[in-house]
Amino acid sequence: MVNLEMSNDVTVTLPRIQERIPTVVVDDAHVVYRVYKGAAGNTSPVAAFKRMVTRTSAPNVREVHAVRGVSFTAYRGEAIGLIGSNGSGKSTLLRAIAGLLPVERGAVYTQGQPSLLGVNAALLNDLPGERNVTLGCLAMGMSPAEVRRKLPEIIAFSGINQRGDFASLPMRTYSSGMSARLRFSIAAAKQHDVLLIDEALATGDKAFRKRSEGRVRELRESAGTVFLVSHQLSSVRDTCERTIWLESGEIRMDGPTDDVIRAYNEFANGK
Amino acid sequence: MANLLADPDSGLTPAQLAARHGLRVAGQRPSLGRYSGQLWHYRHFISAYAHAKLTASFSNARLGQLWQVLTPLTNAAVYYLIFGLVLEQDRGMNNFIAYLTTGLFIFNFTQTSVQQGTQAISGSLGLIRALHFPRACLPLAITATQFQQLLGSMVVLLGIVVATGEPITLMWLMLVPAVLLQTVFNAGLTMAVARLGAKATDLKQVMPFILRTWMYSSGVLYSVTLFSENLPGWATAIVQYNPMLVYIELARIALLEDTHLLNDSLPLTWLIAVGWSLLAGLGGYLYFWRGEQEYGRG
Repeated sequence: MVNLEMSNDVTVTLPRIQERIPTVVVDDAHVVYRVYKGAAGNTSPVAAFKRMVTRTSAPNVREVHAVRGVSFTAYRGEAIGLIGSNGSGKSTLLRAIAGLLPVERGAVYTQGQPSLLGVNAALLNDLPGERNVTLGCLAMGMSPAEVRRKLPEIIAFSGINQRGDFASLPMRTYSSGMSARLRFSIAAAKQHDVLLIDEALATGDKAFRKRSEGRVRELRESAGTVFLVSHQLSSVRDTCERTIWLESGEIRMDGPTDDVIRAYNEFANGK
Repeated sequence: MANLLADPDSGLTPAQLAARHGLRVAGQRPSLGRYSGQLWHYRHFISAYAHAKLTASFSNARLGQLWQVLTPLTNAAVYYLIFGLVLEQDRGMNNFIAYLTTGLFIFNFTQTSVQQGTQAISGSLGLIRALHFPRACLPLAITATQFQQLLGSMVVLLGIVVATGEPITLMWLMLVPAVLLQTVFNAGLTMAVARLGAKATDLKQVMPFILRTWMYSSGVLYSVTLFSENLPGWATAIVQYNPMLVYIELARIALLEDTHLLNDSLPLTWLIAVGWSLLAGLGGYLYFWRGEQEYGRG
Protein backbone atom coordinates (compact mmCIF):
# COMPACT_ATOMS: atom_id res chain seq x y z
CA MET A 1 0.00 0.00 0.00
CA VAL A 2 1.23 3.47 -0.82
CA ASN A 3 0.07 6.48 1.05
CA LEU A 4 0.83 10.12 0.63
CA GLU A 5 3.89 10.22 2.89
CA MET A 6 5.55 7.60 0.75
CA SER A 7 4.53 9.14 -2.52
CA ASN A 8 6.09 12.44 -1.55
CA ASP A 9 9.54 10.96 -1.54
CA VAL A 10 8.75 8.66 -4.37
CA THR A 11 12.26 8.74 -5.86
CA VAL A 12 13.76 7.27 -2.70
CA THR A 13 11.27 4.51 -2.08
CA LEU A 14 10.64 3.58 -5.67
CA PRO A 15 11.85 -0.02 -5.43
CA ARG A 16 9.51 -0.68 -2.52
CA ILE A 17 6.35 0.33 -4.31
CA GLN A 18 4.09 -2.66 -4.75
CA GLU A 19 1.41 -2.84 -7.32
CA ARG A 20 -1.77 -1.41 -5.92
CA ILE A 21 -4.82 -3.52 -6.43
CA PRO A 22 -8.04 -1.64 -7.11
CA THR A 23 -11.13 -2.98 -5.36
CA VAL A 24 -13.70 -0.39 -6.39
CA VAL A 25 -13.61 1.55 -9.64
CA VAL A 26 -16.30 4.18 -10.09
CA ASP A 27 -16.36 5.55 -13.61
CA ASP A 28 -18.43 8.70 -14.19
CA ALA A 29 -21.36 7.29 -12.25
CA HIS A 30 -24.73 9.01 -12.32
CA VAL A 31 -27.49 7.80 -10.01
CA VAL A 32 -31.05 8.93 -10.53
CA TYR A 33 -33.78 7.64 -8.34
CA ARG A 34 -37.47 8.14 -8.03
CA VAL A 35 -38.88 9.51 -4.82
CA TYR A 36 -42.46 9.12 -3.82
CA LYS A 37 -43.64 12.35 -2.35
CA GLY A 38 -46.29 10.45 -0.46
CA ALA A 39 -49.54 12.31 -0.03
CA ALA A 40 -48.21 15.46 -1.65
CA GLY A 41 -49.91 14.85 -4.99
CA ASN A 42 -53.58 14.27 -5.62
CA THR A 43 -54.01 10.76 -4.28
CA SER A 44 -57.80 10.46 -4.40
CA PRO A 45 -59.14 7.31 -6.09
CA VAL A 46 -60.71 9.37 -8.88
CA ALA A 47 -57.40 11.04 -9.69
CA ALA A 48 -55.61 7.69 -9.63
CA PHE A 49 -58.19 6.23 -12.00
CA LYS A 50 -57.86 9.22 -14.34
CA ARG A 51 -54.11 8.68 -14.44
CA MET A 52 -54.59 5.03 -15.29
CA VAL A 53 -56.94 5.90 -18.15
CA THR A 54 -54.79 8.71 -19.54
CA ARG A 55 -51.61 6.70 -18.89
CA THR A 56 -49.72 9.49 -17.20
CA SER A 57 -47.36 8.70 -14.36
CA ALA A 58 -48.32 9.65 -10.86
CA PRO A 59 -47.52 13.27 -10.04
CA ASN A 60 -46.14 12.30 -6.66
CA VAL A 61 -43.09 10.65 -8.23
CA ARG A 62 -40.14 12.93 -8.76
CA GLU A 63 -36.74 12.07 -10.11
CA VAL A 64 -33.74 13.07 -8.07
CA HIS A 65 -30.32 13.21 -9.66
CA ALA A 66 -28.41 12.30 -6.52
CA VAL A 67 -24.96 11.44 -7.87
CA ARG A 68 -23.66 13.40 -10.84
CA GLY A 69 -20.63 11.99 -12.56
CA VAL A 70 -18.47 10.68 -9.74
CA SER A 71 -15.19 8.96 -10.64
CA PHE A 72 -12.57 7.50 -8.32
CA THR A 73 -10.62 4.34 -7.69
CA ALA A 74 -10.26 2.70 -4.29
CA TYR A 75 -7.44 0.32 -3.54
CA ARG A 76 -6.97 -2.67 -1.30
CA GLY A 77 -6.09 -1.71 2.26
CA GLU A 78 -7.53 1.78 2.04
CA ALA A 79 -10.10 3.28 4.38
CA ILE A 80 -11.95 6.07 2.68
CA GLY A 81 -14.13 8.58 4.47
CA LEU A 82 -17.09 10.13 2.69
CA ILE A 83 -18.13 13.51 4.00
CA GLY A 84 -20.47 16.25 2.84
CA SER A 85 -23.60 18.03 3.99
CA ASN A 86 -26.95 16.25 4.29
CA GLY A 87 -28.36 15.20 0.96
CA SER A 88 -25.05 15.44 -0.86
CA GLY A 89 -25.37 11.89 -2.19
CA LYS A 90 -23.07 10.01 0.20
CA SER A 91 -25.47 7.21 1.10
CA THR A 92 -26.71 6.96 -2.47
CA LEU A 93 -23.15 6.51 -3.68
CA LEU A 94 -22.59 3.72 -1.14
CA ARG A 95 -25.75 1.96 -2.27
CA ALA A 96 -24.63 2.18 -5.87
CA ILE A 97 -21.28 0.63 -4.92
CA ALA A 98 -23.10 -2.13 -3.06
CA GLY A 99 -25.07 -2.84 -6.22
CA LEU A 100 -28.39 -1.96 -4.63
CA LEU A 101 -29.11 1.05 -6.84
CA PRO A 102 -28.58 0.97 -10.58
CA VAL A 103 -26.42 3.64 -12.18
CA GLU A 104 -28.13 5.72 -14.84
CA ARG A 105 -24.91 6.38 -16.73
CA GLY A 106 -21.31 5.35 -16.19
CA ALA A 107 -20.35 2.21 -14.28
CA VAL A 108 -19.33 0.86 -10.89
CA TYR A 109 -16.91 -2.07 -10.83
CA THR A 110 -16.21 -3.94 -7.62
CA GLN A 111 -14.16 -6.85 -6.41
CA GLY A 112 -16.32 -9.50 -4.83
CA GLN A 113 -19.55 -8.44 -3.26
CA PRO A 114 -19.37 -5.24 -1.19
CA SER A 115 -21.37 -5.32 2.03
CA LEU A 116 -23.34 -2.30 3.08
CA LEU A 117 -23.73 -1.73 6.77
CA GLY A 118 -26.42 0.83 7.40
CA VAL A 119 -28.36 1.90 10.45
CA ASN A 120 -31.62 0.57 9.07
CA ALA A 121 -30.33 -2.91 8.42
CA ALA A 122 -33.20 -4.62 10.19
CA LEU A 123 -33.16 -8.26 11.13
CA LEU A 124 -36.07 -10.04 12.80
CA ASN A 125 -37.09 -7.95 15.77
CA ASP A 126 -39.26 -10.64 17.35
CA LEU A 127 -36.33 -12.98 17.76
CA PRO A 128 -33.61 -12.96 20.41
CA GLY A 129 -30.27 -11.34 19.65
CA GLU A 130 -28.54 -14.71 19.46
CA ARG A 131 -30.88 -16.01 16.81
CA ASN A 132 -30.39 -12.82 14.84
CA VAL A 133 -26.64 -13.31 14.97
CA THR A 134 -27.06 -16.85 13.61
CA LEU A 135 -29.39 -15.67 10.88
CA GLY A 136 -27.22 -12.70 9.93
CA CYS A 137 -24.10 -14.85 9.71
CA LEU A 138 -25.86 -17.49 7.60
CA ALA A 139 -27.18 -14.69 5.38
CA MET A 140 -23.60 -13.58 4.82
CA GLY A 141 -22.85 -17.07 3.57
CA MET A 142 -21.10 -18.63 6.59
CA SER A 143 -21.41 -22.33 7.27
CA PRO A 144 -23.36 -23.44 10.38
CA ALA A 145 -20.16 -24.67 12.05
CA GLU A 146 -18.47 -21.32 11.49
CA VAL A 147 -21.50 -19.54 12.93
CA ARG A 148 -21.43 -21.66 16.09
CA ARG A 149 -17.75 -20.85 16.52
CA LYS A 150 -18.20 -17.13 16.04
CA LEU A 151 -21.42 -16.64 18.01
CA PRO A 152 -19.85 -16.02 21.46
CA GLU A 153 -17.23 -13.73 19.91
CA ILE A 154 -19.87 -11.61 18.20
CA ILE A 155 -22.03 -11.32 21.33
CA ALA A 156 -19.00 -10.37 23.37
CA PHE A 157 -17.87 -7.79 20.84
CA SER A 158 -21.30 -6.15 20.67
CA GLY A 159 -21.29 -5.84 24.46
CA ILE A 160 -25.08 -6.29 24.65
CA ASN A 161 -24.66 -8.60 27.62
CA GLN A 162 -23.02 -5.93 29.73
CA ARG A 163 -26.35 -5.17 31.41
CA GLY A 164 -27.49 -8.71 32.03
CA ASP A 165 -28.43 -11.41 29.59
CA PHE A 166 -29.86 -9.45 26.67
CA ALA A 167 -28.69 -11.87 23.99
CA SER A 168 -31.61 -14.19 24.73
CA LEU A 169 -34.22 -11.41 24.71
CA PRO A 170 -36.08 -10.39 21.54
CA MET A 171 -34.42 -7.58 19.64
CA ARG A 172 -37.49 -5.37 19.94
CA THR A 173 -36.58 -4.91 23.61
CA TYR A 174 -33.19 -3.42 22.69
CA SER A 175 -32.37 0.25 22.71
CA SER A 176 -31.48 1.72 19.33
CA GLY A 177 -27.83 1.86 20.31
CA MET A 178 -27.79 -1.79 21.35
CA SER A 179 -29.33 -3.06 18.14
CA ALA A 180 -27.00 -0.91 16.04
CA ARG A 181 -24.07 -2.37 17.96
CA LEU A 182 -25.27 -5.91 17.40
CA ARG A 183 -25.74 -5.26 13.69
CA PHE A 184 -22.27 -3.83 13.36
CA SER A 185 -20.82 -6.79 15.23
CA ILE A 186 -22.56 -9.25 12.91
CA ALA A 187 -21.37 -7.49 9.78
CA ALA A 188 -17.85 -7.06 11.09
CA ALA A 189 -17.54 -10.76 11.92
CA LYS A 190 -16.94 -11.64 8.31
CA GLN A 191 -13.96 -10.82 6.17
CA HIS A 192 -15.29 -8.48 3.51
CA ASP A 193 -13.43 -7.46 0.39
CA VAL A 194 -15.26 -4.16 0.53
CA LEU A 195 -17.16 -2.94 3.57
CA LEU A 196 -19.39 0.09 3.32
CA ILE A 197 -20.33 1.66 6.64
CA ASP A 198 -23.13 4.20 6.65
CA GLU A 199 -23.29 6.10 9.94
CA ALA A 200 -23.44 2.78 11.77
CA LEU A 201 -20.72 3.68 14.24
CA ALA A 202 -22.44 6.85 15.37
CA THR A 203 -25.08 5.20 17.56
CA GLY A 204 -22.82 3.25 19.86
CA ASP A 205 -21.41 4.66 23.07
CA LYS A 206 -17.84 5.82 23.38
CA ALA A 207 -16.36 2.50 24.46
CA PHE A 208 -18.04 0.71 21.59
CA ARG A 209 -16.90 3.32 19.10
CA LYS A 210 -13.32 2.74 20.20
CA ARG A 211 -13.72 -0.99 19.73
CA SER A 212 -15.41 -0.69 16.36
CA GLU A 213 -12.80 1.72 15.06
CA GLY A 214 -10.20 -0.85 16.05
CA ARG A 215 -12.16 -3.52 14.19
CA VAL A 216 -12.36 -1.34 11.08
CA ARG A 217 -8.59 -0.98 11.22
CA GLU A 218 -8.21 -4.75 11.48
CA LEU A 219 -10.48 -5.33 8.51
CA ARG A 220 -8.40 -2.90 6.52
CA GLU A 221 -5.13 -4.50 7.46
CA SER A 222 -6.37 -7.88 6.31
CA ALA A 223 -6.52 -6.39 2.83
CA GLY A 224 -10.05 -5.11 2.66
CA THR A 225 -11.29 -1.70 1.63
CA VAL A 226 -13.51 0.23 4.00
CA PHE A 227 -15.78 3.15 3.15
CA LEU A 228 -17.10 5.20 6.03
CA VAL A 229 -19.89 7.74 5.79
CA SER A 230 -20.03 9.90 8.88
CA HIS A 231 -20.88 13.34 10.09
CA GLN A 232 -18.53 12.86 12.99
CA LEU A 233 -15.36 14.20 11.47
CA SER A 234 -13.34 12.91 14.40
CA SER A 235 -14.20 9.30 13.63
CA VAL A 236 -13.34 9.86 9.96
CA ARG A 237 -10.03 11.38 11.02
CA ASP A 238 -9.28 8.44 13.31
CA THR A 239 -10.03 5.68 10.81
CA CYS A 240 -9.48 6.99 7.31
CA GLU A 241 -6.34 8.33 5.67
CA ARG A 242 -8.17 9.26 2.47
CA THR A 243 -11.39 11.24 2.29
CA ILE A 244 -13.76 12.14 -0.48
CA TRP A 245 -15.89 15.24 -0.03
CA LEU A 246 -19.17 15.13 -1.91
CA GLU A 247 -21.34 18.17 -2.46
CA SER A 248 -24.59 18.09 -4.51
CA GLY A 249 -23.64 14.74 -5.97
CA GLU A 250 -20.24 15.82 -7.26
CA ILE A 251 -16.77 15.25 -5.86
CA ARG A 252 -15.58 18.51 -4.36
CA MET A 253 -12.27 17.13 -3.16
CA ASP A 254 -10.49 13.79 -2.93
CA GLY A 255 -7.28 13.45 -0.98
CA PRO A 256 -5.61 13.00 2.42
CA THR A 257 -8.15 13.22 5.23
CA ASP A 258 -6.53 16.18 7.03
CA ASP A 259 -6.51 18.38 3.93
CA VAL A 260 -10.05 17.50 2.95
CA ILE A 261 -11.44 18.00 6.43
CA ARG A 262 -9.73 21.37 6.73
CA ALA A 263 -11.24 22.52 3.44
CA TYR A 264 -14.62 21.09 4.43
CA ASN A 265 -14.58 22.91 7.76
CA GLU A 266 -13.73 26.19 6.06
CA PHE A 267 -16.60 25.61 3.64
CA ALA A 268 -19.07 24.70 6.40
CA ASN A 269 -18.11 27.65 8.59
CA GLY A 270 -18.13 30.11 5.71
CA LYS A 271 -21.64 29.19 4.67
CA MET B 1 -2.40 11.52 -5.29
CA ALA B 2 -2.97 8.29 -7.17
CA ASN B 3 -2.01 9.89 -10.45
CA LEU B 4 1.41 11.00 -9.24
CA LEU B 5 2.72 7.49 -9.17
CA ALA B 6 4.23 5.63 -12.03
CA ASP B 7 2.33 2.40 -11.60
CA PRO B 8 1.62 -0.12 -14.32
CA ASP B 9 -2.06 0.82 -14.29
CA SER B 10 -1.52 4.40 -15.40
CA GLY B 11 -2.92 5.26 -18.76
CA LEU B 12 -5.72 2.76 -18.54
CA THR B 13 -9.35 3.85 -18.68
CA PRO B 14 -11.38 2.91 -15.62
CA ALA B 15 -13.10 0.13 -17.54
CA GLN B 16 -9.77 -1.33 -18.64
CA LEU B 17 -8.41 -1.03 -15.13
CA ALA B 18 -11.42 -2.89 -13.78
CA ALA B 19 -11.09 -5.60 -16.39
CA ARG B 20 -7.35 -5.97 -15.72
CA HIS B 21 -7.96 -6.74 -12.05
CA GLY B 22 -11.03 -8.85 -12.59
CA LEU B 23 -13.57 -6.46 -11.08
CA ARG B 24 -17.19 -6.98 -11.95
CA VAL B 25 -20.01 -4.55 -12.53
CA ALA B 26 -21.77 -3.99 -9.20
CA GLY B 27 -25.14 -5.65 -8.78
CA GLN B 28 -24.96 -7.76 -11.92
CA ARG B 29 -27.22 -10.79 -12.14
CA PRO B 30 -25.26 -14.05 -11.88
CA SER B 31 -25.72 -16.77 -14.48
CA LEU B 32 -28.39 -19.37 -13.80
CA GLY B 33 -25.84 -22.04 -12.93
CA ARG B 34 -23.94 -19.75 -10.55
CA TYR B 35 -27.18 -18.58 -9.01
CA SER B 36 -28.32 -22.14 -8.35
CA GLY B 37 -24.94 -22.86 -6.80
CA GLN B 38 -25.24 -19.85 -4.51
CA LEU B 39 -28.72 -20.93 -3.55
CA TRP B 40 -27.44 -24.36 -2.60
CA HIS B 41 -24.70 -22.73 -0.53
CA TYR B 42 -27.38 -20.74 1.31
CA ARG B 43 -29.59 -23.75 2.11
CA HIS B 44 -28.83 -23.43 5.83
CA PHE B 45 -29.92 -19.83 5.74
CA ILE B 46 -33.19 -20.82 4.09
CA SER B 47 -34.04 -23.37 6.75
CA ALA B 48 -32.90 -21.11 9.62
CA TYR B 49 -34.88 -18.20 8.22
CA ALA B 50 -37.97 -20.37 7.73
CA HIS B 51 -37.73 -21.63 11.27
CA ALA B 52 -37.13 -18.14 12.64
CA LYS B 53 -40.15 -16.75 10.78
CA LEU B 54 -42.30 -19.52 12.20
CA THR B 55 -41.10 -18.87 15.74
CA ALA B 56 -41.47 -15.12 15.33
CA SER B 57 -45.01 -15.37 14.04
CA PHE B 58 -46.10 -17.09 17.26
CA SER B 59 -43.86 -15.16 19.63
CA ASN B 60 -46.58 -12.76 20.71
CA ALA B 61 -49.25 -15.42 21.23
CA ARG B 62 -49.59 -16.92 24.67
CA LEU B 63 -50.28 -20.42 23.39
CA GLY B 64 -47.28 -20.14 21.08
CA GLN B 65 -46.77 -22.86 18.52
CA LEU B 66 -49.91 -24.66 19.65
CA TRP B 67 -51.66 -22.37 17.16
CA GLN B 68 -49.99 -24.31 14.41
CA VAL B 69 -52.49 -27.07 15.21
CA LEU B 70 -55.32 -24.97 16.62
CA THR B 71 -55.69 -22.73 13.55
CA PRO B 72 -56.44 -25.51 11.05
CA LEU B 73 -58.70 -27.23 13.59
CA THR B 74 -60.76 -24.10 14.18
CA ASN B 75 -60.90 -23.48 10.45
CA ALA B 76 -62.20 -26.96 9.79
CA ALA B 77 -64.81 -26.58 12.56
CA VAL B 78 -66.13 -23.31 11.13
CA TYR B 79 -66.40 -24.60 7.57
CA TYR B 80 -68.02 -27.81 8.76
CA LEU B 81 -70.58 -25.80 10.66
CA ILE B 82 -71.51 -23.74 7.61
CA PHE B 83 -71.08 -26.10 4.67
CA GLY B 84 -71.85 -29.37 6.43
CA LEU B 85 -74.56 -28.51 8.92
CA VAL B 86 -76.17 -25.25 7.69
CA LEU B 87 -75.93 -25.59 3.91
CA GLU B 88 -75.92 -29.43 3.92
CA GLN B 89 -73.40 -29.74 1.12
CA ASP B 90 -72.48 -33.31 2.01
CA ARG B 91 -74.86 -34.68 -0.70
CA GLY B 92 -74.98 -38.17 0.64
CA MET B 93 -71.24 -38.38 1.00
CA ASN B 94 -70.10 -40.94 3.55
CA ASN B 95 -67.48 -38.90 5.28
CA PHE B 96 -67.97 -35.22 4.60
CA ILE B 97 -65.87 -34.02 7.54
CA ALA B 98 -62.78 -35.83 6.27
CA TYR B 99 -63.55 -34.76 2.68
CA LEU B 100 -63.80 -31.12 3.74
CA THR B 101 -60.76 -31.02 6.00
CA THR B 102 -58.52 -32.74 3.44
CA GLY B 103 -59.44 -30.18 0.81
CA LEU B 104 -59.14 -27.32 3.24
CA PHE B 105 -55.70 -28.20 4.57
CA ILE B 106 -54.22 -28.98 1.18
CA PHE B 107 -55.61 -25.78 -0.30
CA ASN B 108 -54.50 -23.75 2.68
CA PHE B 109 -50.89 -24.84 2.07
CA THR B 110 -50.88 -23.19 -1.36
CA GLN B 111 -53.06 -20.29 -0.33
CA THR B 112 -50.85 -19.13 2.54
CA SER B 113 -47.65 -19.64 0.54
CA VAL B 114 -48.94 -17.46 -2.28
CA GLN B 115 -50.38 -14.87 0.06
CA GLN B 116 -47.13 -14.46 1.93
CA GLY B 117 -45.15 -14.78 -1.28
CA THR B 118 -46.54 -11.50 -2.61
CA GLN B 119 -44.77 -9.82 0.29
CA ALA B 120 -41.63 -11.95 0.30
CA ILE B 121 -39.56 -9.13 -1.23
CA SER B 122 -41.50 -6.03 -0.24
CA GLY B 123 -41.74 -7.19 3.38
CA SER B 124 -38.02 -7.87 3.82
CA LEU B 125 -36.53 -4.75 2.29
CA GLY B 126 -34.43 -4.11 5.39
CA LEU B 127 -32.75 -7.50 5.08
CA ILE B 128 -32.39 -7.16 1.31
CA ARG B 129 -30.78 -3.74 1.49
CA ALA B 130 -28.44 -4.78 4.27
CA LEU B 131 -27.11 -8.13 3.13
CA HIS B 132 -26.33 -9.87 -0.09
CA PHE B 133 -27.75 -13.32 -0.60
CA PRO B 134 -29.65 -14.90 -3.47
CA ARG B 135 -33.10 -13.39 -3.10
CA ALA B 136 -34.82 -16.64 -4.00
CA CYS B 137 -34.03 -17.64 -0.40
CA LEU B 138 -36.95 -15.51 0.76
CA PRO B 139 -39.83 -17.09 -1.22
CA LEU B 140 -38.26 -20.52 -0.68
CA ALA B 141 -38.16 -19.90 3.07
CA ILE B 142 -41.86 -19.06 2.94
CA THR B 143 -42.60 -22.32 1.18
CA ALA B 144 -40.51 -24.15 3.76
CA THR B 145 -42.35 -22.45 6.63
CA GLN B 146 -45.69 -23.39 5.15
CA PHE B 147 -44.48 -26.93 4.59
CA GLN B 148 -43.66 -27.16 8.28
CA GLN B 149 -47.13 -25.78 9.05
CA LEU B 150 -48.64 -28.39 6.75
CA LEU B 151 -46.91 -31.18 8.66
CA GLY B 152 -48.61 -29.90 11.80
CA SER B 153 -51.95 -29.82 10.02
CA MET B 154 -51.37 -33.31 8.64
CA VAL B 155 -51.20 -34.76 12.13
CA VAL B 156 -54.58 -33.17 12.83
CA LEU B 157 -55.92 -34.33 9.48
CA LEU B 158 -54.88 -37.94 9.93
CA GLY B 159 -56.45 -37.83 13.38
CA ILE B 160 -59.73 -36.59 11.93
CA VAL B 161 -59.65 -39.13 9.12
CA VAL B 162 -59.15 -42.04 11.52
CA ALA B 163 -61.66 -40.68 14.02
CA THR B 164 -64.33 -40.48 11.32
CA GLY B 165 -63.95 -44.17 10.60
CA GLU B 166 -61.55 -44.40 7.65
CA PRO B 167 -59.26 -47.43 7.67
CA ILE B 168 -55.49 -47.03 7.62
CA THR B 169 -54.36 -48.43 4.29
CA LEU B 170 -51.23 -48.54 2.15
CA MET B 171 -52.87 -45.88 -0.03
CA TRP B 172 -51.89 -43.37 2.64
CA LEU B 173 -48.32 -43.55 1.32
CA MET B 174 -49.55 -41.87 -1.85
CA LEU B 175 -49.90 -38.72 0.20
CA VAL B 176 -46.12 -38.31 0.34
CA PRO B 177 -45.41 -37.86 -3.40
CA ALA B 178 -48.62 -35.86 -3.81
CA VAL B 179 -47.60 -33.37 -1.14
CA LEU B 180 -44.04 -33.19 -2.48
CA LEU B 181 -45.31 -32.36 -5.96
CA GLN B 182 -47.53 -29.70 -4.47
CA THR B 183 -44.58 -28.26 -2.54
CA VAL B 184 -42.58 -27.84 -5.75
CA PHE B 185 -45.63 -26.25 -7.37
CA ASN B 186 -45.99 -23.89 -4.41
CA ALA B 187 -42.31 -22.95 -4.43
CA GLY B 188 -42.50 -21.95 -8.08
CA LEU B 189 -45.72 -20.05 -7.65
CA THR B 190 -44.43 -18.27 -4.56
CA MET B 191 -41.31 -17.14 -6.43
CA ALA B 192 -43.43 -15.87 -9.30
CA VAL B 193 -45.77 -13.84 -7.10
CA ALA B 194 -42.78 -12.60 -5.07
CA ARG B 195 -41.36 -10.95 -8.18
CA LEU B 196 -44.77 -9.60 -9.18
CA GLY B 197 -45.42 -8.29 -5.69
CA ALA B 198 -42.02 -6.61 -5.49
CA LYS B 199 -43.02 -4.16 -8.23
CA ALA B 200 -46.81 -4.15 -8.17
CA THR B 201 -47.56 -3.48 -4.52
CA ASP B 202 -51.31 -3.45 -5.25
CA LEU B 203 -51.14 -7.19 -5.77
CA LYS B 204 -51.41 -7.67 -2.03
CA GLN B 205 -54.90 -6.14 -2.12
CA VAL B 206 -56.04 -8.19 -5.11
CA MET B 207 -54.63 -11.54 -4.00
CA PRO B 208 -57.35 -12.50 -1.48
CA PHE B 209 -60.00 -12.29 -4.20
CA ILE B 210 -58.00 -14.32 -6.67
CA LEU B 211 -57.33 -16.94 -4.03
CA ARG B 212 -60.95 -17.12 -2.96
CA THR B 213 -62.09 -17.63 -6.57
CA TRP B 214 -59.47 -20.31 -6.90
CA MET B 215 -60.71 -22.02 -3.76
CA TYR B 216 -64.29 -22.13 -5.04
CA SER B 217 -63.15 -23.62 -8.32
CA SER B 218 -61.10 -26.30 -6.59
CA GLY B 219 -63.97 -28.13 -4.93
CA VAL B 220 -62.74 -27.59 -1.42
CA LEU B 221 -65.98 -26.87 0.41
CA TYR B 222 -68.50 -28.90 -1.55
CA SER B 223 -68.71 -32.05 -3.57
CA VAL B 224 -66.84 -31.86 -6.89
CA THR B 225 -69.79 -33.56 -8.56
CA LEU B 226 -71.38 -30.12 -8.52
CA PHE B 227 -69.00 -29.12 -11.31
CA SER B 228 -69.94 -31.93 -13.69
CA GLU B 229 -73.63 -31.53 -12.88
CA ASN B 230 -73.91 -27.76 -13.29
CA LEU B 231 -71.12 -26.62 -15.61
CA PRO B 232 -71.11 -27.02 -19.42
CA GLY B 233 -68.81 -29.79 -20.62
CA TRP B 234 -65.92 -27.56 -21.71
CA ALA B 235 -65.87 -25.75 -18.35
CA THR B 236 -65.71 -29.03 -16.45
CA ALA B 237 -62.82 -30.06 -18.69
CA ILE B 238 -60.98 -26.89 -17.71
CA VAL B 239 -61.69 -27.38 -14.01
CA GLN B 240 -60.26 -30.89 -14.31
CA TYR B 241 -56.88 -29.37 -15.12
CA ASN B 242 -56.99 -26.99 -12.17
CA PRO B 243 -53.76 -27.82 -10.30
CA MET B 244 -55.30 -27.31 -6.87
CA LEU B 245 -58.24 -29.58 -7.65
CA VAL B 246 -55.77 -32.21 -8.80
CA TYR B 247 -53.59 -32.04 -5.67
CA ILE B 248 -56.67 -32.14 -3.45
CA GLU B 249 -58.12 -35.12 -5.32
CA LEU B 250 -54.85 -37.02 -4.96
CA ALA B 251 -54.90 -36.44 -1.19
CA ARG B 252 -58.54 -37.52 -1.02
CA ILE B 253 -57.86 -40.68 -3.01
CA ALA B 254 -55.01 -41.46 -0.63
CA LEU B 255 -56.93 -40.95 2.59
CA LEU B 256 -60.60 -41.67 1.93
CA GLU B 257 -62.14 -45.03 1.06
CA ASP B 258 -65.09 -43.76 -0.89
CA THR B 259 -65.03 -40.20 -2.14
CA HIS B 260 -66.42 -38.02 -4.91
CA LEU B 261 -63.91 -37.33 -7.68
CA LEU B 262 -63.96 -35.22 -10.82
CA ASN B 263 -61.07 -36.97 -12.56
CA ASP B 264 -61.85 -40.64 -13.29
CA SER B 265 -58.41 -41.70 -14.43
CA LEU B 266 -55.80 -41.91 -11.69
CA PRO B 267 -52.76 -41.99 -14.06
CA LEU B 268 -54.05 -38.87 -15.80
CA THR B 269 -54.46 -37.12 -12.46
CA TRP B 270 -50.86 -37.93 -11.56
CA LEU B 271 -49.72 -36.74 -14.98
CA ILE B 272 -51.45 -33.38 -14.50
CA ALA B 273 -49.98 -33.09 -11.00
CA VAL B 274 -46.42 -33.73 -12.24
CA GLY B 275 -46.92 -31.41 -15.20
CA TRP B 276 -48.06 -28.51 -13.08
CA SER B 277 -45.31 -29.03 -10.55
CA LEU B 278 -42.63 -28.98 -13.27
CA LEU B 279 -44.17 -26.03 -15.08
CA ALA B 280 -44.64 -23.88 -11.99
CA GLY B 281 -41.39 -24.99 -10.32
CA LEU B 282 -39.08 -24.31 -13.27
CA GLY B 283 -41.06 -21.40 -14.69
CA GLY B 284 -41.31 -19.63 -11.35
CA TYR B 285 -37.61 -20.12 -10.65
CA LEU B 286 -36.54 -18.76 -14.04
CA TYR B 287 -38.93 -15.85 -13.78
CA PHE B 288 -37.67 -14.94 -10.32
CA TRP B 289 -34.00 -15.26 -11.31
CA ARG B 290 -34.46 -12.91 -14.26
CA GLY B 291 -35.53 -10.15 -11.87
CA GLU B 292 -32.72 -10.76 -9.36
CA GLN B 293 -30.90 -7.46 -9.83
CA GLU B 294 -34.08 -5.39 -9.34
CA TYR B 295 -35.07 -6.51 -5.86
CA GLY B 296 -34.68 -4.00 -3.09
CA ARG B 297 -34.11 -1.03 -5.34
CA GLY B 298 -36.01 2.20 -5.56
